[in-house]
Amino acid sequence: MPKPTITSANPLTERLLIAVAVGIVGLLIVVPLASVFAEAFAEGPAAWWRALAHDPDTRHAIWLSLTVAPLAVAINTVFGIATAWLVSRFRFPGRSLLITLCDVPFSVSPVVAGLALVLIFGRQGLLGPTLASLGWKVIFSWPGLVLATTFVTLPLVVRELIPVMEAIGPEEELAAVSLGANGWQVFTRVTLPNIRWALLHGIVLANARAMGEFGAVYVVSGHIAGATDTMPLRVEKLFQEYRTPASMAVASVLAGLALVTLVAKFVIERQLEAEARELEAARSLPDTIDGSGTPPDAGPRTSTQASIP
Amino acid sequence: MSTEITTTRAMRRRSVLPGFGISIAITSLVMTALVIIPLSVLALRAASLGPTEFLAAAWTPRARAAYAVSLGASVVAAAVSSVCGLLVAWVLVRIDFPGRRLLDSLVDVPLALPTAVAGLVYSTLYVERGWLGRFLVPLGIQGAYSWLGIVLVLVFVSLPFAIRVVQPVLESLDRDSEEAARMLGANRAQTFLKVIFPAIFPAVLTGFALALARALGEYGSVVFISGNMPFKTEIAPVLIVSRLEEFAYAEATAIAVVLLAMSISLLVVVNALQQRVARNAQ
Amino acid sequence: MSIHVRGISKAFGSFKALDNVSLDVPQGTLLALLGPSGSGKTTLLRIIAGLEWPDSGRIEEDGADITDRHARQREVGFVFQHYALFRHMSVFENIAFGLRVRKAPKQEIEAKVNELLHLVRLDGLGGRKPAQLSGGQRQRVALARALAIRPKILLLDEPFGALDAKVRVELRQWLRRLHDEIGMTSVFVTHDQEEAFELADEVVVMNHGKIEQRGTPDEVFEHPATPFVMDFLGNVNLFHGRVEKGQAFWHGIPIDYPDYPHAQARPARVYLRPHELDIARTNAHAPNGLVTDDSARNDPAGNGSLPASVLRIARSGAIVRISCRPDGAESELHVDLPADTARDLALQPGERVAITPRKVRVFLPDPEYVI
Repeated sequence: MPKPTITSANPLTERLLIAVAVGIVGLLIVVPLASVFAEAFAEGPAAWWRALAHDPDTRHAIWLSLTVAPLAVAINTVFGIATAWLVSRFRFPGRSLLITLCDVPFSVSPVVAGLALVLIFGRQGLLGPTLASLGWKVIFSWPGLVLATTFVTLPLVVRELIPVMEAIGPEEELAAVSLGANGWQVFTRVTLPNIRWALLHGIVLANARAMGEFGAVYVVSGHIAGATDTMPLRVEKLFQEYRTPASMAVASVLAGLALVTLVAKFVIERQLEAEARELEAARSLPDTIDGSGTPPDAGPRTSTQASIP
Repeated sequence: MSTEITTTRAMRRRSVLPGFGISIAITSLVMTALVIIPLSVLALRAASLGPTEFLAAAWTPRARAAYAVSLGASVVAAAVSSVCGLLVAWVLVRIDFPGRRLLDSLVDVPLALPTAVAGLVYSTLYVERGWLGRFLVPLGIQGAYSWLGIVLVLVFVSLPFAIRVVQPVLESLDRDSEEAARMLGANRAQTFLKVIFPAIFPAVLTGFALALARALGEYGSVVFISGNMPFKTEIAPVLIVSRLEEFAYAEATAIAVVLLAMSISLLVVVNALQQRVARNAQ
Repeated sequence: MSIHVRGISKAFGSFKALDNVSLDVPQGTLLALLGPSGSGKTTLLRIIAGLEWPDSGRIEEDGADITDRHARQREVGFVFQHYALFRHMSVFENIAFGLRVRKAPKQEIEAKVNELLHLVRLDGLGGRKPAQLSGGQRQRVALARALAIRPKILLLDEPFGALDAKVRVELRQWLRRLHDEIGMTSVFVTHDQEEAFELADEVVVMNHGKIEQRGTPDEVFEHPATPFVMDFLGNVNLFHGRVEKGQAFWHGIPIDYPDYPHAQARPARVYLRPHELDIARTNAHAPNGLVTDDSARNDPAGNGSLPASVLRIARSGAIVRISCRPDGAESELHVDLPADTARDLALQPGERVAITPRKVRVFLPDPEYVI
């Protein structure tokens, strides 16, 4: 919590600074966000609903997004847990390389990632002819969308988990092992409850990014309306067809989803902060917390009273 | 005592904690299939072109113009984001005011909002009849279908990175040294320049590099607002896509490798910077 | 269940945590692994528990080789230094964990956990979360959780390290009683000699990945085997003297040392414990006017006595510590007297005294060198 110090600026400067910050965030973020909804509902909710529900291509795009994003997030969740477990619990050759590799998708342009997938799975790609003879289609089809989406969201879950798992440390899991738990029991009963909020945070972020991914998906999708258009691609297609109101309607659904994501993120972050405080308290080991719950003759007690903040 | 659970030597026997085998299998599979093989194929495809062919593909006048637009707009956007980000982070950390938490949450919007939506809405805001364009266009400021438009959306997508890197460092800053500086007679500006800024500079630089990396690769939002005019407002990722749509794979690959090289070198810089930030924080 | 450690070595990178360590822990013993941090004591404990693999050597239980048995199958109760309680489970579920993963019947779990809660005197606290417990209570939950699986061996890593002084002493006595009740072979790690001596049947002193000495608390305290043990036990006056011809010399006072019969003089370390020294006033005129000359009284070993001046007198609990400077010495010498004796003697700073050792321990700096 900010507290006044002798280095605090005077109230006028402070107010000016606040105004500028609010201005930046307002102009860059709030006005565009508000205008999505304003434009989408400019002709009333009925027009908005018609644009969404009565266009089969848009309906298909919504359905495709709702299929592709969860698949990509599921792959990322499994990958994130496995990789975070490796990095935080084992020392092995290539560990730091693995950590760096996890960040690579962040810095690779989604378009480049999509192109790389086309070079492998495309008609003239490395595996393209083989896949074609088997009758499998990856590029210009939903598997390509899933691969591209997974690539761009790859770091999101693992990056949430690694710091949390390192902070918790391996002792609880070792305790579970020494008490006879097998791998699955250790994971479901000890690890998962400990990392659930961090995992959920990663999943929410990955899902938001997956629903909104454009560049990588654009390249691998072939942009076929009613077949490989996801919601963001549909926004662009409608915009190119000069159907801005319909485009805005789809955009408003995505923006609404973004707002839901932010609320979820806010709630989860409060839980994470609470857990971090709890972890800290568990480490600090107060001598007693409160004597009230302790029966009078229930074992060693001390006169020192401390309380957890 | 050692908290390390397993050394490689002990790994030859079983590790005490379970799950090493299955984890390494999953991680290697996903990493290899999604990151290592695709990027290697990209690099190999480019290498198979040979130097002359590669240059002919990657260094055409149109491609050079696209790099220039990409780099120029990204650097300007990252710089604007860094300055704005520092200011917003400062206000969020140092000043308590009603709505601070709301402002803090709004900063995350660009992370959650699909870039296509951002591109769409920016382009409608800044056209002549848009909410902002109706004031700006008469002044001669073209925020849509222009270079400025590219910078605007890139600032939008990169702003959270610039803020979120600086914020924790500002929070952890030792106030005592500031107060000491003030008591030693430094004025506010001197205190900021001599005490605060050196401490947060690595973080600001990291934020800049992250913002730059994000901006360089951005496609979804730019494609809406830039107008994509070759030599003027065409960025490198857009050029890759248009080459791809012409089935000019070689040229697309060559340009992609140039872009990839830029991103990877930025990643290296960011890693080095973050290590410095981590060291400073201790 | 007895434990036999046979030639265990373990390195972390270039750091040798354990160097060919062998140790037998007989059935029913409460044994302390005592040593400074980095001495390898925790690593040894974790290897016995199967939480760490040795690079070489074997672990046996009642003669059966369990070296390759996974921690999960060792049936060892392990109490972690910071307890490692499952934060998301109640106290009850923490204790029940080992039984639940063994798929024990519900009623049996219920009965066993309640019995253990009673044993560790936490009746009624089963519903709490670990974060709602005090340090001492958490320690006892950890213990109950380890005991729930009916382990053959109980291992405790710095069991009292995180507790404050008063709780520590109370829990220590309680743990000793508990051990006597259950009679399980137990090993605990500590860096606190007081804890080791008070609690353990046998103490193993470790340093640099090796065992320096093993024995009952009395043996270790009365007959430290190495200079390290002597130093580690602490609270000792150390002087550098010399040995020659079967005698050690400390400030010119000869002490019998038959272990070194050679004529060639060698430097040696001379250890004197503060409570094993006698002190007597030698100045003709004591400040209170009494004339005393009883320096001849205190010479039981025939070792002669050392003239010194009193520097300070400080009361510390039941004893009084007198700091003196022997004539011609740079360093100080501490003498501990029972408070009553000190009051009767009524020494003042500046007075002249004679100090007579009742017991002297001499170590050559490099015992390897002696032929």
